[in-house]
Amino acid sequence: MRVWRRKDCLGLRDVSRDEIELVLDTARTMKEIQSRTIKKVPTLRGKVAVLLFYEPSTRTRTSFELSATRLSADVVNIETATSSVVKGETLVDTAHNLRVMGTDVIILRHSITGAPHHLAEHIELPVINAGDGTNEHPTQALLDMFTIREHKGTLDGLVVTIVGDVLHGRVAHSNMWGLLTMGAKVRFCGPPTLVNPQMKDMGVEIYHDLDAAIEGADVINMLRIQKERMTRNFFPSIKEYSRIYGLTMERLKRAKPGVLVMHPGPINRNVEIMSDVADSDSSVILEQVTNGIAVRMALLYLLVSGEKESSKKLDETPPLFEEING
Amino acid sequence: MKTLIQNARVLDPASRTDQVMNVLLDGDRIAAFAPGLSDPEAVCVDATGLWLFPGLIDIHVHLREPGFEGKETIYTGTRAAAAGGVTAVCCMANTNPPIDNKTGVEFIQERVAKTGCVRVYPIGTVTKGMEGKELAPLGEMIEAGAVGFSDDGRGVMDTQVMRRILEYSTIFGTPIISHEEDHSMTENCHMNEGQMSVKLGMIGMPREAETIIIARDLILAGKTGAHIHFAHVSTKESVDLIRFYKNKGVKATAETAPHYLLLTEEAVEGFNTNAKMNPPLRTREDQDALVEGILDGTIDCIATDHAPHSVYDKDQEFPLAPFGIVGLETLLPLLLNQIQEKLKLDVLSLLSLVTNKPARVMRLPGGVLAPGAPADLVVWNPDPKWTIEKSRFYSKSRNTPFDGWPVQGKVHATYVAGKPVYPFT
Amino acid sequence: MNEDNNRRLIMTEEDLRRTLHRMAHQIWEKSKAEDLALVGILNRGVTLAQRIKAIIEPLSGKEIPVGILDTGLYRDDIGMTTIAQPVRSTEIPFDVEGKDIVLVDDVIYTGRTVRAALNALMDLGRPSRVQLLTLIDRGHRELPIQPNYIGHEIKTYAKERVLVFLREEDETEGVFIEQSGE
Repeated sequence: MRVWRRKDCLGLRDVSRDEIELVLDTARTMKEIQSRTIKKVPTLRGKVAVLLFYEPSTRTRTSFELSATRLSADVVNIETATSSVVKGETLVDTAHNLRVMGTDVIILRHSITGAPHHLAEHIELPVINAGDGTNEHPTQALLDMFTIREHKGTLDGLVVTIVGDVLHGRVAHSNMWGLLTMGAKVRFCGPPTLVNPQMKDMGVEIYHDLDAAIEGADVINMLRIQKERMTRNFFPSIKEYSRIYGLTMERLKRAKPGVLVMHPGPINRNVEIMSDVADSDSSVILEQVTNGIAVRMALLYLLVSGEKESSKKLDETPPLFEEING
Repeated sequence: MKTLIQNARVLDPASRTDQVMNVLLDGDRIAAFAPGLSDPEAVCVDATGLWLFPGLIDIHVHLREPGFEGKETIYTGTRAAAAGGVTAVCCMANTNPPIDNKTGVEFIQERVAKTGCVRVYPIGTVTKGMEGKELAPLGEMIEAGAVGFSDDGRGVMDTQVMRRILEYSTIFGTPIISHEEDHSMTENCHMNEGQMSVKLGMIGMPREAETIIIARDLILAGKTGAHIHFAHVSTKESVDLIRFYKNKGVKATAETAPHYLLLTEEAVEGFNTNAKMNPPLRTREDQDALVEGILDGTIDCIATDHAPHSVYDKDQEFPLAPFGIVGLETLLPLLLNQIQEKLKLDVLSLLSLVTNKPARVMRLPGGVLAPGAPADLVVWNPDPKWTIEKSRFYSKSRNTPFDGWPVQGKVHATYVAGKPVYPFT
Repeated sequence: MNEDNNRRLIMTEEDLRRTLHRMAHQIWEKSKAEDLALVGILNRGVTLAQRIKAIIEPLSGKEIPVGILDTGLYRDDIGMTTIAQPVRSTEIPFDVEGKDIVLVDDVIYTGRTVRAALNALMDLGRPSRVQLLTLIDRGHRELPIQPNYIGHEIKTYAKERVLVFLREEDETEGVFIEQSGE
């Protein structure tokens, strides 16, 4: 029997095929609930989910909030505008305060890479990574895979082209780990400034020519281009980026028939994706949003409904002061 | 006072001596050594089965005082040194305030006189306030006792400033230590750019950020005739460049640190902040090149870059944790175990990398056993097998990736200026 | 095998056949044909519901819809088991509103699963009536729940396990009581 034994969901790098399948299968059950008139089950009644967001994100936060609510968990929203390096209470201290107030799961988004990993090591509660720095955004990749699987039945052998800022792109990273584990072929495409050549060592194919990257693709996942990157010389202008890496109807023809066009949102119309492509029959962008709730419900269920004792016990709380020898 | 250490296996790298002998210390100097040597006035110490060699000289140490006494002080740092068999250290200038003038150097000297237990040679900054803009008063700092200059921790980014520093330093012939890092390429980066940074989703520091500055400083040293010393060399390309310019006669010297020889970027797995240092841990190929560099003399010596940080500092999100690890108490055990396995050198050649060779780089006394030389020495017990335990460190800090490593041999006693300073009484 | 020594046969294949026929006829007598629907509780309840449907349909002359119910998300022991129990999809291919529903399960024990099933069912709409059928009633109820149709009542000890094997899913058919190893 496939079961979920992890305390946390921090990323997909070391997650097995069985675990991913378990989440996706559970998500299918959760999706059925969304089609009901009463879109709510009592599963996590009395549990408290805290959304701890150190980086603004309306979409991900709303999705998690609805997911938790549909499982009848109580939700607390904490959005701190403070930048990562502002000194103050540490993340771990904040989380321990939340813990003693009766929190059952922490959903963390942080601009610092590895912040959820650090927290997970220091707290007994399950931690869900809702995006950390330039590292991973596992729930987005899971919902992407769920959407692909719904349409294609499987991920095995599919060609998935991911276009955009792969270097900083946590969605790209999580998709890479998840898709490779599930047997898909992953292509990364973008300007060389935004696609790290070392990615090749992980087993993905690197393209700088969009047309070639689209050729024969089953899925095209267009990443949102951050306008801030322009100022750091990753590319000269939005206009030029759009001309070279924007997905047009014309380019889409090179893909396999029945290609799925995806985007983690929010989309920049006519920048990375032309309006008509975003609204075309190939586009599953809104389905992704719907599926996001199912996948997040599944993860919350798997992480929170197990007994606390199954969580990785911290060996011991580190002493506040270590003795100095001598 | 005279001390006679009897029946020790005396190892002196400089003269390639390796013989069981008696060593006579007279005051703060070595008086003589010979088999069967005796002196009726001397206090006798039996060292049968033990080794005796010059005290280690670590030319790259952060003692953190003044300004960061929570991490280390001259008191705790020099005790850590003594416990590790290190009898002399060069302390880096990136304190708060930085050691960028005569008063700063004098402060260090005073604190060492009051609280230190090994020799401490101050390094001054090369620019005022370590800002990389204006030349610091090298002359007055040398008068106060500075032995070299470096903005270690922050590279001098302005090429013209670096040129002036090197030109000016030729008045004194004092080594200028380059912190070889092009900061425009490493901003907001926390580890090596490579496979591991991809795995951890981090933007890495490219190796070129190191080698580009090494190339620049070698070219400038060639032009000016100054002595450039490269701190913590970590890449293959750096080794290649230094070798090339050394062969052309440029006055360049270089050091690497034990962690670059023993660890790779893989050690960062799991966001391990005790594997976070600058320059970052690199790859296997770099390790191999560093080994080759040591064997052919391109790299002159090993220094620890002892960089203490408190538990609290290091127990943070990886990008927030500061760079660096402690090294004084692990240098000698690692050298005679894991580093020996890497370098496959005889004991004398190994010891040479941390005794007479660093002394020569920084023009320091010591590092040799010879009549009239300073009586700074280590008595080493080669037998005990033990594991490195950070909780037993005398340093104020615990940030080491070598915790739990098995080693053989232990410092039995450390002498500075003829006096036993370790074990502590 | 040791396992076989610990197992006692309670109902044979033939017993099962007759019992299901009896219960199917009872249901048919007590129900309004237009509104009758069966809902099986996963796993064996679904198979039993399918068999009952096959018996009733020739009598009613019309199709009896069968739904599948997973009670996983309605359990009252969430957070008490060591790991999250896998959940499966509930598939009710008809509108439960106004239906005369018979919930079908293989064994009733504490009554907690039925409680969860009732809540799950109510979240889907408002049936006109809900009845309960179980093949085995092994006693030890912890909630005030009593089946309308019982195939076989047996006395058990808490440490015993009741095993229902059905050809559709298992290699054999019959109901057994097993002495738990510990």
